[in-house]
Amino acid sequence: MLLTLLVFLPAFAGLLILLLPAERAGYSRWLALLGSLVALAISIGMFFDFQTGGGFQFVDRASWIDVGSFEIQYFLAVDGLSMPLVVLTTFLTAAAVLVSFSIEHRPRAYFACLMVLSTAVLGVFTAMDFLLFFLFWELELFPMYLLISVWGSGRREYSAMKFVLYTVAGSAFMLVAILALAFSAGTFDMEVLGTSTITTAVLPLGWVFLFLFIGFAVKLPIVPLHTWLPDAHSDAPTAVSVMLAGVLLKMGGYAIIRTCVTILPDQANDYGIWLAAIGSISVLYGAFVTFRQTDVKRLIAYSSVSHMGLVLLGIGALGTTAMVGAAYQMLAHGLITGMLFVVVGLMYERTHTREIGRLGGLARQMPLIATGLVFAGFASVGLPSLAGFIAEITVFLGAFQKHEWAVIMAIFGVVLSAGYILWTLQRVVFGPVRHEWDEADDQKHWWEHASVIGLAALVILLGVYPSLIMDMLDPAIGVVSARVAG
Amino acid sequence: MSELDIVGPQLAILLAAGAVLVWDALLPTQRKALPYIALAGILGAAIWTSTWVIRGDFQTAFDGTFAIDQYAVFFQYVFAGITAIVVIASIDWVDRVGRRQSEYFALVLTASAGLMFLAGARDLITIFLALELSSIPQYILAGWGKDQRSSEAGMKYLLLGAIASALLLYGMALLYGFAGSTLLTDISAAISEHGADNRSLLVVASVLLIAGFGFKMAVVPFQMWVPDVYQGAPTPVAAFLSVGSKAAAFAVVMRLFFEGLGEQFLSNDWAMIFAVIAAVSMTLGNVFAIVQRDIKRMLGYSSIAQAGNFMIGLAAISILGEQFVQGASGVLLFVAAYAFTNLGAFIAVIGISQRIGSDDIADYAGMWRRAPLLALALAICLISLAGIPPTAGFWAKLYVFNAGIQADLVWLVIIGVLNSVISAYYYLAVVRQMFLGEADEEKRLAVSPTVGVALGVATVGVIVFGIIPTPLVDAAREAAAIFAVS
Repeated sequence: MLLTLLVFLPAFAGLLILLLPAERAGYSRWLALLGSLVALAISIGMFFDFQTGGGFQFVDRASWIDVGSFEIQYFLAVDGLSMPLVVLTTFLTAAAVLVSFSIEHRPRAYFACLMVLSTAVLGVFTAMDFLLFFLFWELELFPMYLLISVWGSGRREYSAMKFVLYTVAGSAFMLVAILALAFSAGTFDMEVLGTSTITTAVLPLGWVFLFLFIGFAVKLPIVPLHTWLPDAHSDAPTAVSVMLAGVLLKMGGYAIIRTCVTILPDQANDYGIWLAAIGSISVLYGAFVTFRQTDVKRLIAYSSVSHMGLVLLGIGALGTTAMVGAAYQMLAHGLITGMLFVVVGLMYERTHTREIGRLGGLARQMPLIATGLVFAGFASVGLPSLAGFIAEITVFLGAFQKHEWAVIMAIFGVVLSAGYILWTLQRVVFGPVRHEWDEADDQKHWWEHASVIGLAALVILLGVYPSLIMDMLDPAIGVVSARVAG
Repeated sequence: MSELDIVGPQLAILLAAGAVLVWDALLPTQRKALPYIALAGILGAAIWTSTWVIRGDFQTAFDGTFAIDQYAVFFQYVFAGITAIVVIASIDWVDRVGRRQSEYFALVLTASAGLMFLAGARDLITIFLALELSSIPQYILAGWGKDQRSSEAGMKYLLLGAIASALLLYGMALLYGFAGSTLLTDISAAISEHGADNRSLLVVASVLLIAGFGFKMAVVPFQMWVPDVYQGAPTPVAAFLSVGSKAAAFAVVMRLFFEGLGEQFLSNDWAMIFAVIAAVSMTLGNVFAIVQRDIKRMLGYSSIAQAGNFMIGLAAISILGEQFVQGASGVLLFVAAYAFTNLGAFIAVIGISQRIGSDDIADYAGMWRRAPLLALALAICLISLAGIPPTAGFWAKLYVFNAGIQADLVWLVIIGVLNSVISAYYYLAVVRQMFLGEADEEKRLAVSPTVGVALGVATVGVIVFGIIPTPLVDAAREAAAIFAVS
């Protein structure tokens, strides 16, 4: 029951928020904070209660729809792969709530959407029935669409629609693949699917793999299916960018490991080289395009494409080390990019611009924010002793033997990334002071800094004490790579 | 007496039709009671049908030309539900039109009785008579409005309907000439005996029958009348046409093709025809729906696409056994889910359009503020039509797609799933307009209680069956199972 409670708690908080009377709309942020903190506490409790290497735990299972050959369960569980992602989600939800604490425009609807979004993502990470998984996957679209199109900026309706259409088109293929798999295996149960050997389906299994991959790759995103991401990021409000970069992209990587690789190991072997190639192309392409960006948020968005390419590279190598690295990269990227977006959001609130050309010398006027930006930037570059470094090095070590050239290309991309991040920091934080921003108030509210400090602490923790997570990931990923190895 | 017992539900409705006319003649001042007499008749029919379910002793009557079985019972419930909702939704509109009220209700009831006869008809002549009994009142109803558009709609519907009837009769005549009997069971026996020698004749007959019923089902290429008639006919009538005659056509097509023309060598042919029609209907219906500005025309085109969706289920049953039940029950499930969803959408349109005096989608902007409940209900129905969870429409679509996959029709399912994406675009565009658009005026709309009741029933059904679909799926499977044994 604990897992069910955790998954639906945010949505329940969202419902309560919607029921608030109009004159009490101000309480909505406190309710949202309360809900997300309780969810965070529960997930941390589960994290420490988790039996490392104990397979699927906290199982909640019930038959939902059972007619003929068509059996769908309500089945939630976590293993070593999903447990850290669940904590990441609850943590970033709390951070996102704090970041949006000053929101004025229709706060009840806003926080309700944010809470439902959190439930949807938690559902994706914990659902172990393929159809339930699909439902949560789709559920995430509604709040995202509303959050971007109502509270966004710029061409927000266009960006929101683009996001939805890309995802829905991808999930169309995913649904076909899910049905084909379920028909040949006779079940939607992902635990069963992940342990049985499927040799035939109504579709060639390579297609099934491909269809699933397309659905997830849109989310990841890979080049060339990534163009929705910069648009969505640049027009989304800060908290939504945090959620999008922090956890929504992770759904793609998680799903590829959980379903594509685990359920269809033979096809994963066949296509592993392609995944690695696409991954390193994404790393390089994202890094190159980043150089041309003038908008800080678009810049971070493209750097996300680059960093998520590493995840795919790690998965494509199919070994335990590489996939653990991929999973670790998802966590590290979630925290670091989340932090980048938070800091950039704070900066934007004060300067009302994200044009790199108009910014400069902020270290003088907003020392705290500038510090945050520099810290997050360094973490993003992969500075040793911070989370990103561990993730990157693990991916490279794990993947090098199998896909030498892909790794070399990707390392080149990482070097580029160091270049563009440092260059951006130099232009925005240092350089000549612009007196335009002299009046900017560095420390306006406590909640703004609470989320930055929390994120920074975790980035350091994951950088100096990786075995906290690694030990949990390792056995879970080991099961997957053992299946792939045959 | 026992034969009258079998057609009891139909008799109850026809009796109510007569009672409505007599009441109006005797008590012209008490017109308010008319719809309630009609509802009493429908309720009587539903109760009578229920006695059959309780008795569980299903049988045929009139020398096997008419049957009461699980299949007929399923559709009788659906038709009773449709008619009841249409009657309730019409009360307000009929009151405003203010003329010939008794005739209106009598015609609706007569058409409904015809639909119910269709559900149980097992003989070509009975099928044709029942079809005409339901069609002729519908021709009149389509022209019921006072304006020129409505007359045009009625005339168009009548002329094209006449052509369809002619095609149908021709096909039936061919079958009769071949089998020497109009009973479906005899035809089936004749086909299995020496059908293979007369295959081309049988294929021609099938094509003619499909063309004739295609008109009623409103699938491409027999769909030209749909948008004009939906737009021109009074909205309650359009609602009735869009679900009643469509559902009936599917009911009779399944009975005719499975029971009469179910022989394997033939079913492969017509299943292929259905598959192609399904693909074309979905695609054209959706593409045309995107560009519509009038909500009734949009719903018209969308209903063409929806009929294409049902047809995936029809195409999926050329294989016998478990897959057969999947396909057939998929169609039934879809018909039932669609009936209530589409009715809900039309009723919401009645409620909104009557007040704002426009069917323009652009005028629906900001409806969320002006009529929150109507907007919410319309949104739920549109979401269900798009096949997005948690609604009945989602399970219907999923079930039909699943049947398609099992019948090896992967190409058709991919087309279907991609079409769902297209349809989501225009359905959600209306939702977006209502919730995010800015209204020209903020005046609240009054909602008549009868529209509210009808809409409430439909919407609650859509949601309840979206969360607990098992009873509906079970009923559909039971109804479809009668074909599997024969």
